Amino acid sequence: MIDVNNSPGASGSEPSNDTSATRKNTTELVKATLARRYAAEKRFRFYGIFAIAASLLFLAVLLTSIFIKGLPAFTATKVQLEVTLDTELLGIDATANEDAIRAANYAAVIKKAMRERFPDATKRKQKKELDRLMSTGAEYDIARRVQENPNLLGQTVTLWLQADDELDALIKSGVDLTKPDAISTRMSDQQIAWANQFKETGEVKTGFNTAFFTNGDSREPEQAGIRAALTGSAFTLLVTFLLSFPIAVAAAIYLEEFAPQNRWTDIIEVNINNLAAVPSIVFGLLGLAVFINFMHLPRSAPIVGGLVLSLMTLPTIIIASRASLKAVPPSIREAATGLGASPQQVVWHHVLPLAMPGILTGTIIGLAQALGETAPLLMIGMVAFIVDIPTSITDASTVLPVQVFLWADSPERAFVERTSAAIIVLLGFLVAMNAVAVLLRKKFERRW
Amino acid sequence: MSASILLLVALGLAFASFVYGRQKAFAVAARGGGVSTLHSLPGHYGLLAALWCALPAIAIIVLWKLFEGPIISSLLTSSLPEQVIANGTSAIDLYKNDIQNIVASGKVSSEQDANKQAVALKLLSLNKLNQVLLTIIALCAAIVGAVFALRMIKPTTKARKKVEAVVHAFLIACASIAILTTIGIVFSVLFEALRFFQQVSIVEFISGTKWSPQTAIRVDQVGSSGSFGAIPLFLGTMLISAIAMLVAVPFGLMSAIYLAEYATPRTRAIVKPLLEILAGIPTVVYGFFAALTVAPFIRNLGESIGLSVSSESALAAGSVMGIMIIPFVSSLSDDVITAVPQSMRDGSYGLGATKSETVRKVVFPAALPGIVGGVLLAVSRAIGETMIVVMAAGLAANLTVNPLEAVTTVTVQIVTLLTGDQEFDSAKTLAAFALGLMLFVTTLILNIIALHVVRKYREQYD
Amino acid sequence: MVDKALNDTHQSAFDAIKETVGEFTVADPKMRTKNVDVFYGDKQAIFDVSLDIGNNEVIAMIGPSGCGKSTFLRCLNRMNDTIPTCRVSGSMSLEGEDLYGPNLDPVLLRARVGMVFQKPNPFAKSIYDNVAYGPRIHGLSNNRAELDDIVIGSLKKAGLYDEVKDRLEAPGTSLSGGQQQRLCIARTIAVSPEVILMDEPCSALDPIATARIEELIDELRENYAIAIVTHSMQQAARVSQRTAYFHLGKLVEVGETNHIFTNPSHELTENYITGRFG
Repeated sequence: MIDVNNSPGASGSEPSNDTSATRKNTTELVKATLARRYAAEKRFRFYGIFAIAASLLFLAVLLTSIFIKGLPAFTATKVQLEVTLDTELLGIDATANEDAIRAANYAAVIKKAMRERFPDATKRKQKKELDRLMSTGAEYDIARRVQENPNLLGQTVTLWLQADDELDALIKSGVDLTKPDAISTRMSDQQIAWANQFKETGEVKTGFNTAFFTNGDSREPEQAGIRAALTGSAFTLLVTFLLSFPIAVAAAIYLEEFAPQNRWTDIIEVNINNLAAVPSIVFGLLGLAVFINFMHLPRSAPIVGGLVLSLMTLPTIIIASRASLKAVPPSIREAATGLGASPQQVVWHHVLPLAMPGILTGTIIGLAQALGETAPLLMIGMVAFIVDIPTSITDASTVLPVQVFLWADSPERAFVERTSAAIIVLLGFLVAMNAVAVLLRKKFERRW
Repeated sequence: MSASILLLVALGLAFASFVYGRQKAFAVAARGGGVSTLHSLPGHYGLLAALWCALPAIAIIVLWKLFEGPIISSLLTSSLPEQVIANGTSAIDLYKNDIQNIVASGKVSSEQDANKQAVALKLLSLNKLNQVLLTIIALCAAIVGAVFALRMIKPTTKARKKVEAVVHAFLIACASIAILTTIGIVFSVLFEALRFFQQVSIVEFISGTKWSPQTAIRVDQVGSSGSFGAIPLFLGTMLISAIAMLVAVPFGLMSAIYLAEYATPRTRAIVKPLLEILAGIPTVVYGFFAALTVAPFIRNLGESIGLSVSSESALAAGSVMGIMIIPFVSSLSDDVITAVPQSMRDGSYGLGATKSETVRKVVFPAALPGIVGGVLLAVSRAIGETMIVVMAAGLAANLTVNPLEAVTTVTVQIVTLLTGDQEFDSAKTLAAFALGLMLFVTTLILNIIALHVVRKYREQYD
Repeated sequence: MVDKALNDTHQSAFDAIKETVGEFTVADPKMRTKNVDVFYGDKQAIFDVSLDIGNNEVIAMIGPSGCGKSTFLRCLNRMNDTIPTCRVSGSMSLEGEDLYGPNLDPVLLRARVGMVFQKPNPFAKSIYDNVAYGPRIHGLSNNRAELDDIVIGSLKKAGLYDEVKDRLEAPGTSLSGGQQQRLCIARTIAVSPEVILMDEPCSALDPIATARIEELIDELRENYAIAIVTHSMQQAARVSQRTAYFHLGKLVEVGETNHIFTNPSHELTENYITGRFG
């Protein structure tokens, strides 16, 4: 509304004030500020670039340091040794059954072989040090060969056997073994000298570390592998996917397509948004109290891990699925409804197929989050020391990130290497999953 | 039959019902003069039969599995030796555990203890009875359901409506799982927390300054129930979160501003995903990096200028956590900043403002509510973050605000109290749930406020 | 087919505009533009436009949608700089200074050539801070009292003071649409510009608020050169002294408003004014 009485007084009060003199003044004043203001502009811009650069630099440092630490773990050192499979030392004979072959005293055979290789080890302490050059994994190695071919018993064979982690690290570090003083290692000078002999005669080699991918956890770093953790992760993710995908899609369809505007729907929405921000460890407490203590599901099992992670992942997938459903234009629903399809037929036949790429993208991203999750799984006991590869969703198991957590706690230097290597594998899976999600989005992205 | 095989059988029966029901519907239609005489498509009749077959059976199996444990357990209690029962609940649980192990290992016959053998045999027979009962009841339900549904196949039966009603109910149930989860969280932490507060007064918990739960396991020690004053944990959590925010907010906000206002679309398309990588790295990796690289680095740095820095300093954990949160702050702020209408920027440029003046004095104040909401969400995340602090922060509950010293946090204590061997009823274990309750309530309040603020903000510019 | 026919008519009309009808210069110019071409990427939006804006006059720019009148207006205070693909050639000057020359600072230019936008766009600040924004960033006042004078003076000139004097701390967005637009005008005046550019300032307002703004424009003419882009021919007729008619990026005709509306020389202008298209 215009107040007619006010307007003349309001506007006409001081027109003369605005002379060209004050304008000259304005120009001068503004000019005087320009240098300062452009400096501020530059500074501000710099802060922005600095913030981004610092973040990216940190990312680079993090990844590089993990790669530098972890890459050596993908190779392992083997030692060539002439072993006599003396049945007397082994405590078995040719008629022994499988169990006996497995339980035979291979350590003694290896010790003997080592002493024959280095006859200069005469004192008790020296012998002990000599024994420590070989991994206990070498025993399992021989045992496996004998099991495959019992005829080997009593023969002398030349084998490539697993070296101990200290020797492994020493060989892989590539340092000059003739100068033991310059090497930082827990090995004695004598051990280094032996290692040097091995090296000079070509009796050591480093190759791809298959044990890392085929073994379960172990107290001995050189034998520790991620197979058990990987299998556990796979089982856990399988359970997570089977539970969270259908439930999340159903929930998203309900909320996006059928839900009436009422209190109940509001409560559901508020709940979903809040759950997306609840700390993951709280889901772990829920899992411990409900699934383990109340329902008596097995501790440490992928089924419980999968249940907990599904509850955690649900909000992510629901939110992504709803966005994807929302992006399907109403004209498609109208067209199908116009042909006499029931609301559910419209959804199942038309809307859902169109929204599927987006839903799958969201699901993969949700699962990638679940794959990297650690804290809730600690609560439900998936921190166990798992040597055997789990074979079902109810076996005790661990997952890759928890394996990382466990190894990170181990004092041996070789475990740092393995922790980093496990992280590299974990990041590899995450990158692959996200790449699939991005490709999926790119391939099926539709602009309506 | 075991439950999983039983489920498969039920599903197989359901499939058979589907095929048969569909055929029958076709047959009925042929008699009546074509499919159009039916109310619904033959497939709907098949689905109806399948649902009526599978749903009751599955419901019975699931409910049965949920409740068989407690029921068998209570039945077993009656056959325990009297001296065990006299020793109280924990002894009973221990004994039952032994029996379970004996049965699970399959060595009942070779068990030495005659009492235990008897109870184990009892358990074996209970288990057997249980499975037989379940198999019979579930299969009966499946068959009765299928027969009932197959008899309903008539042209007038509104099969599609019935099937859709079931599907609709299923959709509602799935959506409601969010509510069930919240209720589950509330009850699981609340009940255990209440039990904790029966043993330790809530006043001591909230206002006590000494936290040493380890002594609590020595039950035999009269009068010693451990100290459960959680103030050092709250303070430690706040200290580390504050450090994290000091890193995350300036860096995240400036990154967002640069990306939203200055960067070319090309730069934005490259940098944004790179920043998102920071958010995608699992927290356990950050924890490892903080403990192994950042903490020693900060300690050496401090020592080189004559400061004594703990190797588990709050600074190391907090700053790494801050870096983890940068992309979170940055992407929330980015959304909020780009939501500020362009016309507002034009108004400022039109008056002769430079870009940074426009950003600082027009865009930022306009976006402030949304940014505050985002920061609150980030705080809630920092408080609830677990792995970084578990791996890089300390265990000792020091009452300090010095970022160079080691502090412990709520989440660290929850993990410490609940990992490893534990008795479920001890104050030590229950304390973890009390801490969990505190954590849940705090983050919930922060989340609700933040989500509300952000939503109000969005409505303003939509 | 119809589309093609229409396109052909357009093309022929476009080709037919050889040069501007009427006198585009004025005796006492504030701003001069000569042979201006504007491109968005590869697409040319303005073709060879020459037009002067005189002191103490309101010049209206009219024409159908997409004719380039807003683009041209935004070039006058280099608002088009914010669009990365935009390129301007030809000469534009403010009191003899080249707008796109190396010595002219866009910040200073925009302080001298203010702009009011189509949609009222008050900042998310109080009424007072909205108006004080320009003087503050440009350092036009030395103390609070001076700033108060500028703010109150500007609000008075924009005819808004009496309506808001009791709630200067209320947010700018709490005002009605018409009040918000007058607030934006006050905000522009507070910097003491020499020229005010208005880009369809009334298109989002109701008739009563529009009338109030038009009245205000007439009063402001005393102190400022004003260029106004408008969709409404009636508005152009009511507020302006001169009118320029744009069509497909070309300036078809310019002249005294009376003359343009009563006796247009160019056929296209006549068609537009009589409502055959637009």
